[in-house]
Amino acid sequence: MFLLIEQLLNGLQFGLLLFLLAAGLTLVFGIMDFVNLAHGSLYMMGAYFAATFVGWTDSFVLGAILALAATLLLGIALEFVALRHLYGRDHLDQVLATFGLILFFNDMVRLIWGPAGLALPLPAWLTTPVQLLPGVYYPAYRLSIIIVALLVAAMLYLVVMRTRIGMLIRAGASNREMIGALGINIKLLFTLVFGLGAALAGLAGLMQAPILTVQIGMGENILILAFVIIVIGGIGSIRGAFLAAIFVGIIDTLGRAFLPDLLRKVLSGAAASTAAPALSSMLIYLLMAIVLVLRPEGLFPATKR
Amino acid sequence: MKSKLNASNAVVAVVCAALVLLPIYSAATGNIFILTLLTRIIIFALAASSLNLIMGYGGMMSFGHAAYLGIGGYAVGILAAEDIGSGFIQWPVALAVSALFALVIGSLSLRTRGVYFIMITLAFAQMAYYVASALSRYGGDDGLTIYKRSTFDGLINLSDRTQFYYLCLGCLFGGIYLIWRIVNSRFGLVVQGVRSNEQRMQAIGFPAYRYRLTCFVIAGTICGLAGALLANNTDFVSPAVMYWTRSGDLMVMVILGGMGSLFGPLIGAIVYLVLEELLSQFTEYWALIMGPLLLLIVLFARGGIMGLLGRVRRG
Repeated sequence: MFLLIEQLLNGLQFGLLLFLLAAGLTLVFGIMDFVNLAHGSLYMMGAYFAATFVGWTDSFVLGAILALAATLLLGIALEFVALRHLYGRDHLDQVLATFGLILFFNDMVRLIWGPAGLALPLPAWLTTPVQLLPGVYYPAYRLSIIIVALLVAAMLYLVVMRTRIGMLIRAGASNREMIGALGINIKLLFTLVFGLGAALAGLAGLMQAPILTVQIGMGENILILAFVIIVIGGIGSIRGAFLAAIFVGIIDTLGRAFLPDLLRKVLSGAAASTAAPALSSMLIYLLMAIVLVLRPEGLFPATKR
Repeated sequence: MKSKLNASNAVVAVVCAALVLLPIYSAATGNIFILTLLTRIIIFALAASSLNLIMGYGGMMSFGHAAYLGIGGYAVGILAAEDIGSGFIQWPVALAVSALFALVIGSLSLRTRGVYFIMITLAFAQMAYYVASALSRYGGDDGLTIYKRSTFDGLINLSDRTQFYYLCLGCLFGGIYLIWRIVNSRFGLVVQGVRSNEQRMQAIGFPAYRYRLTCFVIAGTICGLAGALLANNTDFVSPAVMYWTRSGDLMVMVILGGMGSLFGPLIGAIVYLVLEELLSQFTEYWALIMGPLLLLIVLFARGGIMGLLGRVRRG
């Protein structure tokens, strides 16, 4: 029972982290119709920046804030120099160009930080387990990820639903040309949204950094997961991304935790130990395939065309 | 397709002649490296050509094409590991399994359009990747070493560098010829018609879905052949062959060379892999140059290299 609660929390934490990554991706995708494979690189840069700045400042919080700012600036610079020339191009062109950016970022990181991974140590106050219920302990750091991500999600919701900028973002997601025709400075809005997405990806990266090692290519696996989420949730829909991210996070975590035991009850030992890791890795892709076959526009499509 | 003397046709003719004559040069100068490099390039050119069939002519942007490389490779590797060394069994199995996989994922994926299609093909390829990683009997994550290349009853010796090179080149030219015949057949014209306007083709009375699916399966099968060749070339097959960045590489080759042009993928594969080789000799950080180069190509050279050459003719 305690194991189930712990795994559910782990799943929630992973899902929320994925949401941070997927939110930026779905905004950029939905509003600018831009497929950004380099989003995973921003996630990686966030983690590397955090590892560096925490080392320099000796403070986890200060380093994290600096890393966040650095990723934001990097995202804006990237948009300004290269990506804004790709809006309105074929999706395939965008895939190719941002694929090139992945290559570039991976090697740049290797050049600057070396091929070996970095570790981002946690401060002492985040390493102690917290007692949630009598007898149920949960690592403080994972708990703080859940809290920070929920706060960010709530803030994002408020910004998108209650402010003028958010109104423009939503309008952009449903009809780009129209808000341009209404005299809104689309270019500025795009740059802003891209920067916001980059900062969210950087936040996800720097929060994940102490749990995993900071290494080259860390953004690639998780980028695909984020794409799966926005496709399941419906491209351009933040609400869809949020629900799909938590869904995917929990299914993935529970699948990894419990599927081997479940399979062992049905199959023989050897077959189960072969099938379980494959099946639990495949689970979310299977989920996406099912969703796409049944609802080709995702579960919560943002635009009705 | 009338043959005209223009820049792109001249380049293609020169490249093909050079590919045919390469083993002579290699034997004369003792430069074995160039032969092994070109063998690899030719295999990837075959894979990229098959992707071009669905992407360039069929308008189906598959982001999971590398899955067939792995499937063809694993068919050869697993049969070899089970002591079935004959290529007459291995290769048909590789093709059949690739075709079957293409049929299954194609029949599901082709219900979606646009970005969703890109993503669902990617998802299926990732599934294949994870299945291969879990095959602990056949190496799992570490991959599977193939101790003996496919045998063809003494007809051809794959361990002989030159013979294997010509086999690969024959497969490539055969594949390109097949694609040429398909593209110019009634079937191919229907597929291209569906690319430009599916509703209209449907209205005229063509079952668009079936045509697209058939085209998808043919492309997958050709790529499965490339996978069988690749496994024999490296004497090794691992899940990494199917990783999504591999599919990205194939897409890059097609777009770089020129999508929807018959020899574009070949030119693209040569330029991409030679560039990778040259840059990695020049600096360890070759991707630092390759990445921005791709960006520049997308920004300033639409239509790829063949598109550029075509413009020379017109200008």
